[in-house]
Amino acid sequence: MKILKLIFKNSFRHKLRTTLTIFGISIAVIAFGLLRTVVTAWYSSVKAASANRLIVRQSVSFIFPLPYSYREKIAQVPGVKEVTFANWFGGTYIDKNNFFARLAVDADTYFEVYNEFVLPKDQLDTFKKERNSCVIGADIAKKYHLKLGDVMTLDGDIYPGRWEFVVRGIYQPKFKSTDAMQMLFHWSYLDETMKQEMPGRAGDVGWFVVLINDPAQSASISNQIDGIFNNSTAETKTETEAAFQQGFIQSSSAIITSMNFISFVIIGIIMLVLGNTMIMSARERTREYAVLKTLGFSGKHLAGIILGESLLISFLGGGIGLLLTFPIVSGFSQFIPKGIFPVFEIEPITIIFSCGSAILIGIVAALFPIQRALTTKIVDGIRFSG
Amino acid sequence: MADIIQVKNVSKSYWRDSIETSVLHDISLDIKEGEFMALMGPSGSGKTTLLNLISGIDKPTRGEIIINGTDISRLNESSLAKWRSNNIGFVFQFYNLIPVLTAFENVELPILLTKLSKAERKQHVETALNIVGLNDRMDHYPKQLSGGQEQRVAIARAIVTDPVILVADEPTGDLDRNSAGEILILMERLNQEFNKTILMVTHDPHAASKAHVIRHLEKGDLIQETV
Amino acid sequence: MKIPLKYILRNFMARKLTTFITIAGIALVVFVFTAVLMMAFGIQKTLVSTGSADNVMITRKAANAEISSIIGPDIQNVIRTLPHIAKEPDGNLVISDEPVVIVNLEKQGGGVSNITVRGVSPEINQLRPQVKIIQGRMFTWGLRELIVGDAIVKRFPGAQLGSYIKFAGGNWKIVGIFTTNGSGFDSEIWGDALQLLSAFNRGSTVSTVTLKLDNPENYDAFKKAFNLDLRLQQYEPIIEQKYFAQQSEMLSTFIRVLGIFITIIFSLGATIGATITMYSAVANRTVEIGTLRSLGFNRRSILSAFLLESLFITLAGGVIGIFLASFLQFFSISTLNFSSFSELAFSFALSPAIIVSSLVFAIIMGFVGGFLPSVRAARMNIVTALRAG
Repeated sequence: MKILKLIFKNSFRHKLRTTLTIFGISIAVIAFGLLRTVVTAWYSSVKAASANRLIVRQSVSFIFPLPYSYREKIAQVPGVKEVTFANWFGGTYIDKNNFFARLAVDADTYFEVYNEFVLPKDQLDTFKKERNSCVIGADIAKKYHLKLGDVMTLDGDIYPGRWEFVVRGIYQPKFKSTDAMQMLFHWSYLDETMKQEMPGRAGDVGWFVVLINDPAQSASISNQIDGIFNNSTAETKTETEAAFQQGFIQSSSAIITSMNFISFVIIGIIMLVLGNTMIMSARERTREYAVLKTLGFSGKHLAGIILGESLLISFLGGGIGLLLTFPIVSGFSQFIPKGIFPVFEIEPITIIFSCGSAILIGIVAALFPIQRALTTKIVDGIRFSG
Repeated sequence: MADIIQVKNVSKSYWRDSIETSVLHDISLDIKEGEFMALMGPSGSGKTTLLNLISGIDKPTRGEIIINGTDISRLNESSLAKWRSNNIGFVFQFYNLIPVLTAFENVELPILLTKLSKAERKQHVETALNIVGLNDRMDHYPKQLSGGQEQRVAIARAIVTDPVILVADEPTGDLDRNSAGEILILMERLNQEFNKTILMVTHDPHAASKAHVIRHLEKGDLIQETV
Repeated sequence: MKIPLKYILRNFMARKLTTFITIAGIALVVFVFTAVLMMAFGIQKTLVSTGSADNVMITRKAANAEISSIIGPDIQNVIRTLPHIAKEPDGNLVISDEPVVIVNLEKQGGGVSNITVRGVSPEINQLRPQVKIIQGRMFTWGLRELIVGDAIVKRFPGAQLGSYIKFAGGNWKIVGIFTTNGSGFDSEIWGDALQLLSAFNRGSTVSTVTLKLDNPENYDAFKKAFNLDLRLQQYEPIIEQKYFAQQSEMLSTFIRVLGIFITIIFSLGATIGATITMYSAVANRTVEIGTLRSLGFNRRSILSAFLLESLFITLAGGVIGIFLASFLQFFSISTLNFSSFSELAFSFALSPAIIVSSLVFAIIMGFVGGFLPSVRAARMNIVTALRAG
């Protein structure tokens, strides 16, 4: 226990320097936490994907539609439990800065397949009955102060015109990773309007979502579905929902890679700052270590003292940094437009990473001073005036 | 000979955590021009403090110090700095040379504060190094010199501005007998040949014996005694 | 400032290891700062050079991107009646009705990405003279042939000269590679608009219409006539260059904001590193400081000496950081542009303004980091300092 006291007192011998070092480390930990949170937020859509769902889309790209008639054929594939579908509506709500998903969906089946959107039964029933109604996520209701019965007006682009929808349901997200910022309305309402105004586009479905019984079957079912429509005018590409989301993320991979790279640079900088401090203090205490050796302390003891100091500082810095990361991440999320990252949370893995880094940094930063303390001969040490 | 240094009723106290410690009590002392005075006394007697006051790097709590007609206890910080560079040469126990500068450059430091040209400075430096006998080591760094040689460079630095007063705090304290002897001979020479007034604080009776006058300090009080 | 420069410089070299480490830390921070600015500038540069100032693009007002804009044949005809559209010598209007879609292609190294495919009209040469065919040839009008931008060729193995891309129930042959010297068009694939329209069953409905003004000064007159026509209520004109510049805003702003946020946090860390180093330097040289003061150097010269030392350290780190970052110019990145939802290739671009900003950044770090330690050095009491030895 005496050694611990010695370690503690040693660390705070130079209060200012130690405080600055701790502060420096905590700042770097905050930066690290922020970056990793942005990266994990990017991947949150993959996390939200269900292993039981497949996405069927046009093989050329998602902007080309599939015929409604495909539904029957997909439903008949063995292992398929339910088939729902959706169209990306796009358009503008109020102005071009409000980002959230606006989808025309199959009212009867969508909420069964996406059961993480939790909706009270009476709201679901009302929604199903009224053609021009919509269901919105709890975060949309919160941001725009909407309640049941309010009207939302959309300015269509892909589907031109002014469209009005009555809010008949507000869904709650079941999991932390669930997107609570989606607006869903009737595909049949969209289709009927298209039949009248742009008949060539009636019967167009954006993509099908297939609920399967056994996730292990996902590959074979996907191949089967694509096989059905091979060589038709609208060929399909079927993949698991996770793979589908991953595909989007891949296209931004350059940015994500850069951010990952920067996270490691940050760790490097922390190591440098702490390492510098440890080297300086080791140099100052060269004479002292020599004296300790004459008193009988072994090299192991010295290594322990130096390591202890280094770890103490890195833990304090890491701990403070971690605590401050939460409010800062929360502050950052106020700055970015909400729709870009519907889910912006500090993942447990980020916390583990930060703690692990703190330990690693504490150890690495102590290596050089330990080596010095071990190899300096007593005689040289006593004579040293650093 | 005139009194070049007049210490009049000087006292010095320090405050630490609101406790007043008195280091010098009502000291009065006169030093004549060209005199070589040694200040002796046990540790804690205040001799270094008195030295510091006379050389202007500290200020008395009470009293006056008049040097060459100037009351330095009245000067402000920047005037004192200027006054110091013109009037006082310092020699410290641990040489206090700047480790990253060569012997030449160390000696040149004080005259960088003057308006001399580069050529003029070179002349002064070489003269000073000549006097102390270290011309051949001008480009060496302190760590390449022995203790005695370092102290000689320090003395060269102290005399390069040709000050009237040399102040030395235990100049032989860190040297072996032979080197110490050399330094003392040098100081004698500076006093006799160049008429420098020297005030030296020392423990070493052998060093003190080189002085004209020895004064003793004990617990902040000056004791009368002459050689 | 009377303390010789060589004192400062040599002290700078004396504690080599710790000085080196501090410089490395600063260099890293400046590297990241510069790289981020270069990335954002690169994106802007690419998109700003896309399109020209004498072309006008017409899109649907509510559309967020070209792919979600719809302009039917009757509107295309109305547009043709507007004044100030440039004419070719044979009397044809310089106007291109363009369907814009996205196709998926496999990236080098796996994964799929979205590529913009643009149908163009024969007036394209007049409209976009910056396009140069560097390999192969231009596609033949009336055939299912394509030309691809050179940024695509590098990244997508399936889009080489002579390859076939399958979409819309047919195989399209890539017959040429074009370049616009680094604009956004280099990430696109072009084909005959009429062929693409029929393949996608879109009748004559296109995404956007781009035309050339007879004189760039007539834009306001054109716009006025446009706004007066009630049939064009749902649509809006915009200078082509400006449109693409806007398309870059979201992405470049995101990068810039995130990058600067992070860098400022880092710089605090690096500045603290510099401060620690300087405090240590001051502590180690306490006796020296006392000696210099006793020789007559005043407080201000001590302050300047240490402050300068700090500035040297950060400036050295800054220069190294910028130097390393400048090598990034050899790299280009391809990523999803949030606004257009398709691939955009851009390089890191360095500008004098960026270099200056980074240097200033380094200097500020040096000043802030070195200030307090330098003050401490200057305020030392001579007697205490000398006693510290």
